[in-house]
Amino acid sequence: MPAGESSAWEVAAGVADPELPDLTLEDLGVLRSVDVGPDGEVAVVLTPTYSGCPALEVMRQDVIAALRSAGHQSVRVDFQLQPAWTTDLMGPRGRERLAEMRIAPPPPAGSGPLLQVSLKCPQCGSLRTRETSHFGSTSCKSLWRCLACGEPFEHFKALY
Amino acid sequence: MTTMASTAINQDIFEYSLRLGDDALVLSHRLSEWAAHAPEFEEDVALANLALDLLGQARTLLSYAGEVEGLGRTEDDLAYWRDDRQYRNLLLVEQPNGDFAMTITRHLLFSTYQLSLYDALAPCSDVTLAGVAAKGAKEARYHRDHAALWTLRLGDGTAESHGRMDRALQALWPFTAELFEGDQILERLAIEGVAPRSESLRPGWDLFIRETLEAATLEVPATTTWRSGGRRGVHSEHLGHLLAEMQHLHRSHPDARW
Repeated sequence: MPAGESSAWEVAAGVADPELPDLTLEDLGVLRSVDVGPDGEVAVVLTPTYSGCPALEVMRQDVIAALRSAGHQSVRVDFQLQPAWTTDLMGPRGRERLAEMRIAPPPPAGSGPLLQVSLKCPQCGSLRTRETSHFGSTSCKSLWRCLACGEPFEHFKALY
Repeated sequence: MTTMASTAINQDIFEYSLRLGDDALVLSHRLSEWAAHAPEFEEDVALANLALDLLGQARTLLSYAGEVEGLGRTEDDLAYWRDDRQYRNLLLVEQPNGDFAMTITRHLLFSTYQLSLYDALAPCSDVTLAGVAAKGAKEARYHRDHAALWTLRLGDGTAESHGRMDRALQALWPFTAELFEGDQILERLAIEGVAPRSESLRPGWDLFIRETLEAATLEVPATTTWRSGGRRGVHSEHLGHLLAEMQHLHRSHPDARW
């Protein structure tokens, strides 16, 4: 790995997601690669969670700004669709952060579409919950309600 | 010779990207017309989400069309500076929203088709088209689920909701044959391994639609009058009105940027 590559990765990896600011792009699993060229240009590849995710442009700008302030003058950010992002790319840390934000995380990696059991309420922990809408405030979330404590909550929905 | 051959296939890929991109763009616009008008708040959010997915797909497809064409046209040039005769979308997606039953029926018919298409396109040879398809298939699956759930609820609901679904099906069914029409462009792309033949998508579509309609106590219309022409730029009157609204701002302020 050429000099500067690991630190460039760390800088890009630490950029916060614009819509879920407690998660980094790395937590979310959308940071695909960071390469530093021989001329010092940093090439970052991101993958979108959803095709129309409106946060993409903000992500691009935030990554460029973060790398510039870390001393990398020349930065390029590209988006790569394939292999398509799935919630399996979200690491354990990302899931923990979501739970801390009171957003029910997607099922664990590799569990597949069959394991869609009831979600645990992120407020009171009850399993007596139901989906009120498959579509939430952002493409990646659905709306749920806890039948035990009555609180509505968001779920970062599984995408396989 | 190689150059000529690759130019010809590029022309076909350009056309194909426009077809898929225009389907996504026009339907995205139609769905966005529901914003703040849906029958319940959750549906307002849901329809806007569906529109956003389609808009994302359209952006990549139209950008790619411009790239393959090689004349420097951007996604915005293609979206805002073509007239209806230059649009290549299916007639189905430009049909007006009508009532909620009409919108749901249109989306059931289209998303079932789009999912079959994307699933078949994802393993094909063109990296960009395959990438859009692999990504879009995950989204189309959500779209189809959403439309199918509403179809069950409305079809097997009250006499009023059943009647509305029935009327929507009667109105939209004539536009479904166009989904599976072939032509020389598709044939050449299929031979090159770039895209699936549209008739190959029919059995899967038929099966899912028939099962869903049956479960919703709805009958498949017995129509023999089919409408088509969208892929050649021959549209219903509705597209012109849609484009007038969609393109007005951009054309009034050329080159304006956010």
